[in-house]
Amino acid sequence: MSTVEERVKKIVCEQLGVKESEVQNTSSFVEDLGADSLDTVELVMALEEEFETEIPDEEAEKLASVQDAIDYIVAHT
Amino acid sequence: MSLEGKTALVTGATRGIGKAVAKALAEQGATVVGTATSAAGAESISADLKAVGAKGFGIVMNVADPDSIDAGLKEVNEKAGVPVILVNNAGITRDNLLMRLKDDDWSSVIETNLSSVYRTSKAVLRGMAKARWGRVINISSVVAGMGNPGQVNYCAAKAGVEGFTRSLAKEMSNRGITANCVAPGFIDTDMTRKLDDKQREAMMEVIPAGRLGEPEEVAAVVAFLASEAAGYVTGETIHVNGGMYMG
Repeated sequence: MSTVEERVKKIVCEQLGVKESEVQNTSSFVEDLGADSLDTVELVMALEEEFETEIPDEEAEKLASVQDAIDYIVAHT
Repeated sequence: MSLEGKTALVTGATRGIGKAVAKALAEQGATVVGTATSAAGAESISADLKAVGAKGFGIVMNVADPDSIDAGLKEVNEKAGVPVILVNNAGITRDNLLMRLKDDDWSSVIETNLSSVYRTSKAVLRGMAKARWGRVINISSVVAGMGNPGQVNYCAAKAGVEGFTRSLAKEMSNRGITANCVAPGFIDTDMTRKLDDKQREAMMEVIPAGRLGEPEEVAAVVAFLASEAAGYVTGETIHVNGGMYMG
């Protein structure tokens, strides 16, 4: 079983069409990985699906970086 | 057949334009799920599709009821696959002059003709985004642009649908999803048969083609918008009205 970090990064790569080598924990989805607003919505939906959880909109807005997403998933699943 | 392997959801497919649209999409190879407000209506859709040898069936869905939409979509996803073509056709009229219009006439038309488009579109968008392909086709009306006495509620709802469609088109274009409206004029359906002779005569005078349109003539435009060939057409309203209004 992969770690949460690996699974989050895999989804980020798939959704944003970036290479694994480009994705650091500190990477910002918008500034570093080129996500637009629709990408971030889709990314959150993909994370919800992968981790079988629901991320409320007000929490989703705060997920700006790869580490934010990992921390959220670890704390809520 | 260009729509082979794709699932289409057509609301209000029991009669009139919706029925013709369901048939036209089925002829292009799509698996068509048509909605009706009653079990008998759903059965007749299934029978109509079967009669032309098409894949697909009818389901019961009340587009004015969010819970009913959720349940219907679940059924579609399970039995026919995730729809990537959505035709919002279901609609009602509650005509009256504004001075006599009841609150319920206003709200029921807005719910059924406008809010339903918001709900069904939202419900299918995720599947389309994942597929990186989708077609949302909303049936508007010529009166959305030209106005019509006795139809402030209907015209407001249909004009709302057109604005909704343009915004949706801009939001989703880079996902291969298009959103367009087809605005029929005076088509020979139950909805227009409700008009009295005087109203019909007045309408005929302003239709250069000198006749009513057929549901199939609207369906043909919907089928085009659903096709691969229409991939660069988005946010558009196409009029099908025999020349009575040109935008």
